[in-house]
Amino acid sequence: MISDEHIEILLEDLLTIYGYDFHYYSKASLRRRITRLYTLDKFMGFTEFRHRLRSDKNYLQRFIEEITVNVTEMFRDPGFYKTLREQVIPILATKPFIRIWHAGCSSGEEVYSMAILLKEANLLQKSLLYATDINPGVLETARKGIFPLSNMKQYSENYIASGGTKDFSSYYTCMYDRCLFKEDISTKMIFSTHNLTSDASFNEFDLILCRNVLIYFDKELQDRVLTLFDSSLGVLSYLALGSKETLKFSSVQNKYKQLDKDKIWRKLV
Amino acid sequence: MEKAGVSTLYSLVIMGGSAGSLEVILKTVSALKTTIGFSLVIVLHRKKTSDTLLSGLLSTKTNLPVREIEDKEILEPGTIYIAPPDYHLLFEDDGTMSLDYSEKVNYSRPGIDVSFESASEVYKEKLITVLLSGSNSDGADGFKIVKRGGGTTIAQEPATASFPFMPQQAIDYSSPDFILTPDELVEYLNRF
Repeated sequence: MISDEHIEILLEDLLTIYGYDFHYYSKASLRRRITRLYTLDKFMGFTEFRHRLRSDKNYLQRFIEEITVNVTEMFRDPGFYKTLREQVIPILATKPFIRIWHAGCSSGEEVYSMAILLKEANLLQKSLLYATDINPGVLETARKGIFPLSNMKQYSENYIASGGTKDFSSYYTCMYDRCLFKEDISTKMIFSTHNLTSDASFNEFDLILCRNVLIYFDKELQDRVLTLFDSSLGVLSYLALGSKETLKFSSVQNKYKQLDKDKIWRKLV
Repeated sequence: MEKAGVSTLYSLVIMGGSAGSLEVILKTVSALKTTIGFSLVIVLHRKKTSDTLLSGLLSTKTNLPVREIEDKEILEPGTIYIAPPDYHLLFEDDGTMSLDYSEKVNYSRPGIDVSFESASEVYKEKLITVLLSGSNSDGADGFKIVKRGGGTTIAQEPATASFPFMPQQAIDYSSPDFILTPDELVEYLNRF
C-alpha cells in the first residue's frame, strides 16, 4: 500500500517536474485520495505508480482530477443562496459594476447558480463572474454549461428552496440525457485556471465565493489563501465559504463580520 | 510526511451509528462521567437537514461540552464532537479534524469506514471504535483497519440493537475485540 513516505516522494515529483505544490494539502485527504487512485488504477507497486506520474502528462491530468475533489451541485445549501439573494445581492445592486470570483469552481454548477440569481435581480448585465480552478478538465465542463439531466430534479428543488420563483427548466434546454444552459446565463462568465497555492490575486472583487475548497488544505495554506482573498477584496465586500468552513482559526478573522449564521462575511477594514 | 508525535494526541473514541442508534448514543452520553480523558466523536448517518438538532439534543443529556464539528477543529479530551451531515470526517496528524465532500462510501456521507480508517492512521492504539445499530454494512471494513493499526473495536450486541444488521456484519467479517450491550459499553468507556 501507499505509505506517508511514498506520498512525500510523489509530492516532490509533482513540484519539481510539473510545478504543482500539494505539500500544504490536508494530509488526511491526500492519504485517502492517493490510496484510492492507486487501488482504482490497479498499479502493481509504488514504483510503477510513480513512473507513470513522472512520465505521462495525460496521467498527470487524471491524477489532479482524482486527487482534488470535484463534487458540487447547483444552489448547494439553498439557505445560503437565499441569504445571498436577500441580503447580499441588494447591496451589490448599488454598485455601478459587480465583480465576483468563484475560486475553486470545479465544473461550474455554483457559477451558473450565481448567474441565475443575478439575472433574476436584473444585475447580470453589469456583472462579471470570474471562475477559476486548478483543474483544466473541470473548467472545460463548466465552460460548456452542459450538465446531466438526472441532476436537474435536485437542482430544481434547491432553486425553489433558495427562494427562486421562476420555472427552473426555463434556464436550459435538454437533449437526450444532457441539459445545456442558455447563453444569456453564461455570457458574463470568464473561466481560467488558477492555482490557489501559487498564483497571485488578479483583480479586486465585490464578492469571493470559495466553498468547500479550503477543507482540503492544511491550516497554513488556508491562512495563505484567506490572505490572498483579503487582498482581493475591497472594504465592505463579501467573502463566502462552505457550510462547515470558518474564519475562526485564521489571521484575517478580526477584519470581517459574519452575516447571521450563514458562512458569509463582510470585510470591515 | 511529518509526523506529530503520537504521544501528544489524546485517546479518541469514535462511535459510528445508523438507523436505530440514536437511542444508544443518548443513553451512553448521558451516563458518561464528566472526567473522561478521551475525545468522543459521533459519526451518524442522518439527513442533511437535521444539522444542529442532534447537538442540541445531546447537550441536554450531559454536562460534557458538545460541539458540531467545523473544518480543522481541534480535538480536546472530555469533549463530545458530532460529525456534520453530508461530509466525510478525516483526522490529521496534529490533532485537528478535516471535512471532505467527496463521493459517498457505502451510500453514506459521513462514512463510518472513512472515519475509522483515517483515525487509525493517526491514533493507532489510542483509538477505540464502536459500531452501533444500523441496516448498512458501513464500519465492517474500517474495523479490520483499526485492528491492524492496534486500535480497539467494539460492536453493539446485535440482540440489543433495533437494527442488528450493521453490528452483525462487523462481527461476521471483522471479529471485533468486544461485543457489548449498551450498559456494558458505558461501563467500558467510563474506565478511561
